[in-house]
Amino acid sequence: MLYLSIGDWFAGVKDWIVGTSQSFAENFKFAFIDGDRWQYMVGGLKNTLIVTVFALLLGVALGVIVAVVRSTADTIGKKRGFGNFLLRFFNRVCKIYLTVIRGTPVAIQLLIMYFIIFGSSRNTMLAAILSFGINSGAYVAEIVRGGIMGVDPGQTEAGRSLGLGYISTMQHIVVPQAIKSILPALGNELITLLKETSVCTFIGLTDITKGATIIQGRTFQAFFPLLGAAAMYLVMVMVLSWLLGKFERRLRKSDRR
Amino acid sequence: MIDVKNLTKYFGDHLVLDNISEHISPGEKVVIIGPSGSGKSTFLRCLNLLETPTEGTITFDGTTLTDPGVDINKVRRQMGMVFQHFNLFPHLTVMKNLTLAPVKLKLMTKDEASEEALRLLERVGLRDKADSYPGKLSGGQKQRIAIVRAMAMKPKMMLFDEPTSALDPEMVGEVLEVMKELAHEGMTMAVVTHEMGFAREAGTRVLFMDEGKILEQNEPHAFFDNPQNPRAQEFLSKVL
Repeated sequence: MLYLSIGDWFAGVKDWIVGTSQSFAENFKFAFIDGDRWQYMVGGLKNTLIVTVFALLLGVALGVIVAVVRSTADTIGKKRGFGNFLLRFFNRVCKIYLTVIRGTPVAIQLLIMYFIIFGSSRNTMLAAILSFGINSGAYVAEIVRGGIMGVDPGQTEAGRSLGLGYISTMQHIVVPQAIKSILPALGNELITLLKETSVCTFIGLTDITKGATIIQGRTFQAFFPLLGAAAMYLVMVMVLSWLLGKFERRLRKSDRR
Repeated sequence: MIDVKNLTKYFGDHLVLDNISEHISPGEKVVIIGPSGSGKSTFLRCLNLLETPTEGTITFDGTTLTDPGVDINKVRRQMGMVFQHFNLFPHLTVMKNLTLAPVKLKLMTKDEASEEALRLLERVGLRDKADSYPGKLSGGQKQRIAIVRAMAMKPKMMLFDEPTSALDPEMVGEVLEVMKELAHEGMTMAVVTHEMGFAREAGTRVLFMDEGKILEQNEPHAFFDNPQNPRAQEFLSKVL
């Protein structure tokens, strides 16, 4: 009796989702195979990956620069001199950047980038990469700064007392140690970034999300395109998490020997 | 070798070093003692500018470190420093800890530096640890490595900032042994320590500091047997 009622419930859900007139397989075929509509998803995947990868590169580059400026400025105190004055100026600029970017939604930043800053040019891909890169940079900066500040100041002192300069000390001593604490957080940022790029549907860039909504518009069916899109993001995130976990374990080996 | 004139250091409003003038000649082993908070570590850290003096000048081998535009990194190569908490680089092997600075500063090739590092490790009996990471070493071993890491730069002078204070008692001896050997070889040393035995045995001069001033200084035996300053007498009565 119970078995029957659960079976009925599933049948009902199935009918509600995919319609009674057609089978599951037919609906799948209608959504993705007919008219080669799967190409929207594949094309979308390609664009999502391009935006994510280049935005990440831009974000990490920006983030590291901002983090180094911020943490260096913290060490100079009230020292005088032109170099220190310049550093304080850039530190101020970085602070404004962090406040504005972290204080406004990425969707608005993207729309501003596309409709105001890009104006007449309609390069959606470049606008998306710049927006997400600049946005991500603000978060990466704070992650990297936290990592650098988490390294024992004695390490810097040891490096400097051997005669290594500030930059060499950072490069060979502080940053390699900071990476261990930075990496997990940076992995999270990458995952967030990957999913956040679905916002670029706003400016009409055909990413995975846009591809799915196009299919939805053509077929008047939401189930397969949207769940398909969700599955694609999910698989990518799972693969990324697995890779990051592996990488982290490898890094950790060196300090437990 | 090193000449300190009117050195004053404030941390915020707090006066840590009060107008100190002092001279250390080549070959001297100066031991700096005093109660905690007396400014002895800060004094030592000013000598290689890990702390920036608020006022005063420090001259090392004819170079005035406190002048603007002086390449402090060049000067620091000549002054090895050993820290209380060793500060070995945990992400590098012992060998890499020793060779990083000489190789990156292009003072030696990688092969020369490795050879020198093995020779130094042999001296302190830790040649077999060359490929270990610092995390696997005992405190005494770490500090011996830290000493030879500083020596790998072939410094003219060594600064020791409470090198045995973070060690288990049974490991103090092995570190002091290395320091005494270094002293016998004629290295110029400035040592902040609570090891009065070391001061007596290896030191050529003792400085007693309190409240940012050098209150008394003398040859070790004379100082320990017959301290003049009442603060020094009180301090010694507590630690000896």
